[in-house]
Amino acid sequence: MNKITKSELIEVLSGRLGHLPAKDVELAVKTILEQMSNSLSSGRRIEIRGFGSFSLHYRPPRMGRNPKTGESVALSGKYVPHFKPGKDLRERVNDGYQKELERAD
Amino acid sequence: MALTKAELAEALFDELGLNKREAKELVDLFFEEIKNALADGTQVKLSGFGNFDLRDKNRRPGRNPKTGEEIPISARRVVTFRPGQKLKTRVEAYAGTRE
Repeated sequence: MNKITKSELIEVLSGRLGHLPAKDVELAVKTILEQMSNSLSSGRRIEIRGFGSFSLHYRPPRMGRNPKTGESVALSGKYVPHFKPGKDLRERVNDGYQKELERAD
Repeated sequence: MALTKAELAEALFDELGLNKREAKELVDLFFEEIKNALADGTQVKLSGFGNFDLRDKNRRPGRNPKTGEEIPISARRVVTFRPGQKLKTRVEAYAGTRE
């Protein structure tokens, strides 16, 4: 599958924001991601219209096992980040896929 | 209250000194370009935060729960998010302080 990394995303954004120094775009992307991480790690949801929302899901405590010794260990409950894609993102991704399928026919 | 694009733009204004118009434009474009990549079938990897992956689902049989009528669910592509180790660890730490 094709992929794009954070630094490639920064390049794309810099290309589209010609009036801003690349360094500023890089700092901005880092700031956005830092704000999002801070929000979730303090238990606060993120809602980006048309893109999606991030929230926390609770995983209850369970008994686990140390794979090396086979010993049982009690694992406490924890929260994990969860993303729910928004309507526009869902539709655009699926429309792109349907076009790929048509081309393949 | 949830974190929104308006507040992200505010942070770029406060912390980086971008003007309000630039800050808003940048935040809009950030999410727009991630969407463009995903719509184009491209996975997005944001180290430290997480990866937006794509999964292709086969066509499968479905049913209208009201009428019981059989309707096939067409093949589709969906976005999934896999949080990175750093984000997972930070979020777990939050749960710890809550107990």
